[in-house]
Amino acid sequence: MKDKFKVVGINERKIDGRTLVTGSPVFAGDLDLPGMLHVALLTSPVAHARITRLDTSAAEALDGVACVLTHRNTPEMRYTTAGQGHPEPSPYDTRMFDTKVRFIGDRVAAVAADSPAIALRALGLIDAEYEDLGPVLSIDAALAPGAPVIHDEPDALDIWDAEHNIASVVSAIAGDVTAGFDESDVVVETTTETQYAQHAPLEPHVVVSSINPEGRITLVSSTQVPFHVRRIVARLLDVPIHRIRVIKPRLGGGFGVKQEVLIEDVAALMTLRTGRPVRFEFTRSQEFISSRTRHPMRVRVKLGARSDGIVHAIDMEAISNTGAYGAHALTVMSNTGSKTLPLYNKAPHVRFDGKAVYTTMPVAGAYRGYGGTQGCYPLEMAMDEIAERLHIDPVELRSRNHIRAGQTSPIFEELGEGRKGTPQIITSCELDACLQVGAERFDWVRKRAEPRGDGSIRHGVGMSVHMQGSGIPLVDMAAATVAMNDDGSFNLLVGATDLGTGSDTILAQIAAEVLGVPLTRIVVVSSDTDLTPFDTGAYASSTTYVSGWAVQRAAEEVRDRIVAVAATMLETEPEQLVLADSRVSTSDGRSVDLAAIGHRSYYGPDPAQIAATASFVPESSAPPFMAAFTEVAVDVETGRIEVLDFVAAVDCGTAVNPRLAEGQVEGAIANGIGYALTEQMEFTRLGRVKNPDLARYKIPGTMDLPPIRVFLVESYEPTGPMGAKSVAEIGINGPLPAIANAVYHAVGIRLTHPPFTSEKVWRALRAAGVGA
Amino acid sequence: MNLRFTVDGVPTTVVIAAGESLMDVLRRIGKTSVKNGCDRGDCGSCAVLVDGRAVNACLVFAGQVDGTAVGTAEGLAHDGELHPLQSAAVEGGAVQCGFCTPGMLMLAVDLLSRNPEPDEAEVRSALSGSFCRCTGYVKPIEAILAAAGTLLERRS
Ligand code: FES
Ligand code: FES
Repeated sequence: MKDKFKVVGINERKIDGRTLVTGSPVFAGDLDLPGMLHVALLTSPVAHARITRLDTSAAEALDGVACVLTHRNTPEMRYTTAGQGHPEPSPYDTRMFDTKVRFIGDRVAAVAADSPAIALRALGLIDAEYEDLGPVLSIDAALAPGAPVIHDEPDALDIWDAEHNIASVVSAIAGDVTAGFDESDVVVETTTETQYAQHAPLEPHVVVSSINPEGRITLVSSTQVPFHVRRIVARLLDVPIHRIRVIKPRLGGGFGVKQEVLIEDVAALMTLRTGRPVRFEFTRSQEFISSRTRHPMRVRVKLGARSDGIVHAIDMEAISNTGAYGAHALTVMSNTGSKTLPLYNKAPHVRFDGKAVYTTMPVAGAYRGYGGTQGCYPLEMAMDEIAERLHIDPVELRSRNHIRAGQTSPIFEELGEGRKGTPQIITSCELDACLQVGAERFDWVRKRAEPRGDGSIRHGVGMSVHMQGSGIPLVDMAAATVAMNDDGSFNLLVGATDLGTGSDTILAQIAAEVLGVPLTRIVVVSSDTDLTPFDTGAYASSTTYVSGWAVQRAAEEVRDRIVAVAATMLETEPEQLVLADSRVSTSDGRSVDLAAIGHRSYYGPDPAQIAATASFVPESSAPPFMAAFTEVAVDVETGRIEVLDFVAAVDCGTAVNPRLAEGQVEGAIANGIGYALTEQMEFTRLGRVKNPDLARYKIPGTMDLPPIRVFLVESYEPTGPMGAKSVAEIGINGPLPAIANAVYHAVGIRLTHPPFTSEKVWRALRAAGVGA
Repeated sequence: MNLRFTVDGVPTTVVIAAGESLMDVLRRIGKTSVKNGCDRGDCGSCAVLVDGRAVNACLVFAGQVDGTAVGTAEGLAHDGELHPLQSAAVEGGAVQCGFCTPGMLMLAVDLLSRNPEPDEAEVRSALSGSFCRCTGYVKPIEAILAAAGTLLERRS
């Protein structure tokens, strides 16, 4: 099947590669419009308080200040910043500017001025006073009896239990876990607690807004979700949707943090008020504090297995800290179970119980992996423990248990994204091949048997397996338009949003494949709400699988129209014709090239534009799979962990562009290694972030990473476009459990509180009496 | 005050404010390949060459580069032909979002000018001041090694 592809499956160059390596001005922050105002944001210095006084008169009077926004002159309606489909499954608990602040970094006021320097000076002239309501700085503090109520506002919507600081709850049950544990021969339990971590895209959030003489607002924004931005800003500002245009130009990385509407509302409102272009860009420190983070989570997993290693019962209980607002609180919690539990579908008894609680800390949101990352960590540690208890090799244990093609899991139906899920049968799963290829390339059997050392450096190897999804079934919708030009090339218009992932390129590859042309004959226009058809946006690993289908369908319709025209030209029946190599040909060797057909469609007899628009809504969410293997060296004197090797074998169906697909996994693994070893937002006792910069919040650099070796296994997903599934998120889930398991193998301690800094590991080693 | 220097080979005079960083000045005169990823010397997105050596432009006062030759990624391609480092990056899938790319290219140019035949460890070390959140550095490092090979061949 795959062998027949000519453009799909090829390492085509990224179609914007030249633009990017020459440093062209193609990012939102590169826009400089005449008369443009610059925004500075005043954020709360206290974690939880009512604003009792807010005097902006001196700031407004400053020369060069054009606009000051506060709770007094901005819309009062509640909304969610989560850029999700409508109605968003996140509580409406946020106001543009509120009378109450809920974390250090919450919005208080915004100033637009002629220059960034003036805007900053004006911030200093704003006089604010606060009545402290008491910080709530942990999950336990939020749930303690008598805890301050963080969302006491009467007009919030869809908060599960505001009085007890609970944003959302999720639960799912199959079978009877109590009976399941009774029937098990071995039962293990692990509780992990993950940290505050930030996406740290190299490009911070930035938007430039402007208004034309007809009163239409254009937002050029670093967003993953242009259509959701348009809808949410229109509602907030009470402007009709059609008066707003959102353009996503090139984007400097998203990873989920740009699936939030954090700046566009302010810039658009300032433009409306002043008539001038406005630029709003987060500083790096605001990117850490005032944008979004990964949900810190406490997850308890209890796992029961029979003596042959077959998992019989799984109980997962998760509590997340969603911070001051509930953006993605419910859906990240759902995915904590739904992207992990189906993997071990032989267990008839499965229970998931999840709860997201408010604290007065920075706000959590969407982050690559989206709950799956937090859930798979204790699950895969528990599997490692089962393997040890039953003396089964960890690879063998996974292969006895994992879900396979043709099988299902009750969890698919029980747990969707913030609602019931969709029953689903797995239509492709090459996890066995991933285990085999990964183990071979890693040299698992030999390394696992090697002595671990008895000096200060101990070696260990560990592994884990993973699944994710491909889009949100029956929720996501993507559309694409293909239109033929008079030289036989095509314009491909997609609402899909390339974050740097290369989705513009792979969508063009799919179109080129169907239309029988080289990639260079496809002109891509993407992510512009005025020009491109709707797409829910780049999240939930949806673009290849969902947008890819929309492109394939639109291209197929266009192909059929082309063949029909060619049939007239060649005086034959369409069924006799084949479109390939930029020509439509008969079996007896007569043919007409696409340029002639394109030209005729504009200027020939009966001219008519050859074009089609198609949409796609997925009915399933085919999971990609991964097996991860790692080797670590633990220095028992210092507690330092060094990752020496990382191998990931991935089943992503057809890799539309293998090199770009590898790049997705490599980058995700690097990010995951940072999450496991060094990345953590630290807080003062009052809730202030202590390390909001890239010097003290340590993301991996070139010197911190092992070789990352990615192998894509042969696979074909029947429900995916050209056999493809997603690949963007899954990689990030591997490092945390695989490294934790390798550390256990090396020194016999189970690390449950990432990041595994030297100090933490040293303490754990001392507590366990290792190396002392 | 007036700053006189060359930017990508073009003699340039700009009026600068006291305390203005080289990054801000370069972006102001349209050299937007110089990216602001942190504005405090931590990320390397703003790296440029000053007299052939890579520096983070956000840490340099514009006044300090008076009389120097400043190079950015925009000066790498000639007559529409990409520099081997650029083509290797495109060919090798080293560019994802591309936000870190101009700065990383400058570090690579600096490295290859000092050490035309670096090994992987030397490339890693030369790039240690440049963060990339997208690639895990695997393909950027491969691309730099490939470009070094191309440049050597061209010279011989
Ligand atoms: S912007 Fe200069 S080092 Fe980050
Ligand atoms: S390619 Fe995105 S930061 Fe390097």
